[in-house]
Amino acid sequence: MIPPEFDYVAPESLDEVLSALRDGGEDAKVLAGGHSLLPLMKLRLAAPTLLVDLRKLPGLRGAQRENGQWKIGAMTRHVDLQGNPDLGPVGQATALIADQQVRNRGTIGGSLAHGDPASDLPTVLVACEGSVTITGSDGTREVAAGDLFQDYLTTAVGSGEVLTEVRVPDFAGWGSSYKKFTRRAEDWAMVGVVAMVKKAGDGSVEDVRVAFTNMGSTPIRATATEEALRGKGVDGIAAAAEQAAEGTDPPGDLNATPDYKRHLARVLTRRALEEAAAG
Amino acid sequence: MSATAETTTGGNGHVGRALRRKEDPRLITGRASYVDDINLTGQLWAAWVRSPEAHAKIVSIDTSAAKARDGVIAVYTHEDLDMEAALPMAWVPPGVDVNTPDHWVLAKGEVKHVGDPVAFVVGDDRYAVVDAAEDVLVDYDPLPVVTDPEAALEEGSALVHEQFGTNKICEWSLGGGDLEAGFAEADVVIERRIVNHRIAGGAIEPRGVLAEWRADKLTVWSSTQVPHFLRLFLSMLLEISEDRVRVIAPEVGGAFGSKLNIYAEEIGCAWASRKLGRPVKWIETRSEGMMVTHHGRDQIDKVRVGAKRDGTMTAFHTTIIADCGAYQMLLTPMIPPLSAFVMCGVYKTPAVQTDIIDVMTNKFPTDAIRGAGRPEATHLIEVMMDQLAAELGMDPLEVRRKNFIPPFTEPHETPIGVAYDSGNYAAALDKLLTHVDPAQVRQEAEGLREKGIYRGIGFCTYTEICGNAPSRIVGPGGFGLQGGGWESATVRVHATGAVTLYTGTSPHGQGHETGFAQIVADRLGIDPQQVDVIHGDTQTGPFGLDTYGSRTLAVGGEAAARAAKKVADKAKAIVAHQLEADPNDIELSDGKWIVRGSPEKGMALGDVAGAAYVPENLPEGMEPGLDEQSFYDPDNFVFPFGAHACVVDVDAETGKIDIVRYVAVDDCGPPINPLLIDGQVHGGITHALGQALFERIHYDESGQLVTGSFVDYALPTAAELPSYETDRTVTPSPVNSLGVKGVGEAGTIAGSATVTNAVIDALRPLGVTFIDMPLTPLRVWEAINKAKGGSQ
Repeated sequence: MIPPEFDYVAPESLDEVLSALRDGGEDAKVLAGGHSLLPLMKLRLAAPTLLVDLRKLPGLRGAQRENGQWKIGAMTRHVDLQGNPDLGPVGQATALIADQQVRNRGTIGGSLAHGDPASDLPTVLVACEGSVTITGSDGTREVAAGDLFQDYLTTAVGSGEVLTEVRVPDFAGWGSSYKKFTRRAEDWAMVGVVAMVKKAGDGSVEDVRVAFTNMGSTPIRATATEEALRGKGVDGIAAAAEQAAEGTDPPGDLNATPDYKRHLARVLTRRALEEAAAG
Repeated sequence: MSATAETTTGGNGHVGRALRRKEDPRLITGRASYVDDINLTGQLWAAWVRSPEAHAKIVSIDTSAAKARDGVIAVYTHEDLDMEAALPMAWVPPGVDVNTPDHWVLAKGEVKHVGDPVAFVVGDDRYAVVDAAEDVLVDYDPLPVVTDPEAALEEGSALVHEQFGTNKICEWSLGGGDLEAGFAEADVVIERRIVNHRIAGGAIEPRGVLAEWRADKLTVWSSTQVPHFLRLFLSMLLEISEDRVRVIAPEVGGAFGSKLNIYAEEIGCAWASRKLGRPVKWIETRSEGMMVTHHGRDQIDKVRVGAKRDGTMTAFHTTIIADCGAYQMLLTPMIPPLSAFVMCGVYKTPAVQTDIIDVMTNKFPTDAIRGAGRPEATHLIEVMMDQLAAELGMDPLEVRRKNFIPPFTEPHETPIGVAYDSGNYAAALDKLLTHVDPAQVRQEAEGLREKGIYRGIGFCTYTEICGNAPSRIVGPGGFGLQGGGWESATVRVHATGAVTLYTGTSPHGQGHETGFAQIVADRLGIDPQQVDVIHGDTQTGPFGLDTYGSRTLAVGGEAAARAAKKVADKAKAIVAHQLEADPNDIELSDGKWIVRGSPEKGMALGDVAGAAYVPENLPEGMEPGLDEQSFYDPDNFVFPFGAHACVVDVDAETGKIDIVRYVAVDDCGPPINPLLIDGQVHGGITHALGQALFERIHYDESGQLVTGSFVDYALPTAAELPSYETDRTVTPSPVNSLGVKGVGEAGTIAGSATVTNAVIDALRPLGVTFIDMPLTPLRVWEAINKAKGGSQ
């Protein structure tokens, strides 16, 4: 559990971070909470030569409601968000990440930039159609959730860039649920489902979002289910959930075959939608 | 006079009290010293180069880059270690040939499993040696791999060790009664193939060793449960006289059998320390631990049971194919035979036979893991009891009661020749049923079913064998273990009356510092806080046989009681002399030895110690001092028993199991400290539920270890487990004066069948009649699907 040799800096300004990353080149990595990167380094599956720690950067921690959306600093720890009822699926999913020790250190920005399809927050971001701010030497850009996650552990955050802010919409009017299926409470999801339901005045489903954790190389939207349910009554949930796994090709592992994952996706989608519709 | 009266001195009644553990303050405030906390001046670090191949010829090893790295002092391969002998295996069963390959500290010519060490690096920088180990270039020529023990037995299988011409290690059998007649007499015969999968010990402190060769003496600190064995083998393998070898097991953070071994790293670090004249240290990483700390279980059990219509069992036959892995460690091939010793269970089945085939594969060796053979036996017996009940359409508890051995207080001889010491199985089950009502559970189940939740209840009634042991039974001329089974203790009363107990056992978390202190304190009329218990250091106390197999209290505790009694006897003689009374009239009362009936005059232990060490007025011919020793070799094992129940809810849609209740009634004789018993039972059950529902060491077909970390090897946490409910019955053992039986493994032995039976019970309405561990959600879901499809 000893990582290969690396250098470490903890700059106090974003400019210094960016210049350290530029100087470090391809093998420089940003360190946020460290709960994905450091284990990979200790297992010698990752070997960056330079770690640029964001912990001293001012203004990157905390969530604020502004102009109908939430702006969450990239260094906001899961513990700061877990269980917050105003944050809908963000509050629900962060409460289920690993264990409390991990939630005390892990950050929303680190989790999203890492792009692990078995992590919870990428799915939440995709479901709520959020976005992130990415800052590089050439300035900042806004990247939508759908464009952020490109492949397994691959995101739109380029080398030399830093994910600095996360934006999610105001969840007022939405009910939400995160169903995470694990063997142990602290495990990564075998399958996770985010469901969001906005009901019309007549109780029908005005809008709906469903997205999966660990059903592919990136978070996946269950568009067939969404389409089947949008504009319908909540009694259509079970039928719509039957279509949840359509078009998915999840990888199998020791704990779950692809068939089992697709089955879990259908069951959890139904349960998540029912909970979201009730909420 | 009964054995119990013999060492009971009428002390202050500390035995039986739920005293809090004396060792806990230092443990929970971080003041304990584990191997990794100990550092010596001039200390070097070792790191191991391990095979990524499951089976391969070593074509070449290039150590030049590693040697050139800063901070590296030496890199050693097999040829450098001028050792005559390989790592030990201690089982030589009379009349049975055991194919035992040499197991070298560093692989010789070929590697046989993933993780097989081919070289080690020593240097003065803990980080540099790990980097340097990656610099060692090994060229492997892969050889055919076999990981399935049944395939390994087939003609033409790849061979793990070519020289034997077979992968079979040995065949070994134990049986009694007329099996053929038993099956002929049966109305019903059922057969099942039960897989008891491979698991790890999962101790939270990994292994570690620090070896210091200084002034022609070797001191080794190791996270081990067997310091005395380790000293013996260090002495033999390194050819150093035993008096010049000291082994210290400092604080050990759990072991569960996994540290009951002589490991390559222990010998390698000691060898390197002597070679380099500097201390050498190695601390295992968790990844290494999963790969090269011995595993347990890994049996395929083919079981046949014959019974009459009324449930009376007539014959029980088991064939065990045991996957022992690539080499044999200290007790590897001997663990499956331990299953055979308890194959009668708690039942009076007239004919019982166990046939064992030990097999080699390209995996790490198995050896003792908590329960060692008895969990496997109990699992298959108790799963079969429920299978039999279902076949007969009877209540599973009724079938058990029909076959229970009736209560006995003197040894009961089973047909296989094992004599149980005492037992009252029906009483344990009756007690259990005061806590859990099967009828009520079934009623609850009805109500839950419409929600897709299937509730089930499972039971296990068990006995097990522990208290190793009577040397004449386990030793070279008997079972074939190349050693004895006695235990030692020294009770040293200091001049002021403070007491140190030295035990030859080596506890590693169980709480014996408290329990043993209670035993000694009561016999000397003092407070347990006045008794310091020293263990795990071969230089401080007498030779001992360490801690494993739930032997520590039943053998080591009895030795402590006997040594304390010798002290008490001498004290009585001194008191009698000083008070001018007959020694037979001296008794211990309220912390003082008095003349019976005259409590006004008496001597406390401190007074007696003063008299013994300032010997102005001792009885004629008595030697000074108050310091006594006992070597105790019991005349039988002890056989704890009990009854467990588990209630589970299965989510039929996902296959996920929720443990609703777990109730355990265990009988380990009169409790020395009920709190320590509960601690052992809780931990034991957790190990069983861990194996049954979560944990599995898995190798793929190419021999790669798939479950190489705690991410994939799913040790359960508090979040997955219920709050256990425990109770006990008390049936003293006639074997020792304390009447005690071991309890460190009981929960593990009873638990896996209990929960497996509960899950099968829950799933019966869905058509599932049998399922193997581990009961993962995937496996449960697949079983439900298969049952829906109508095939079993």
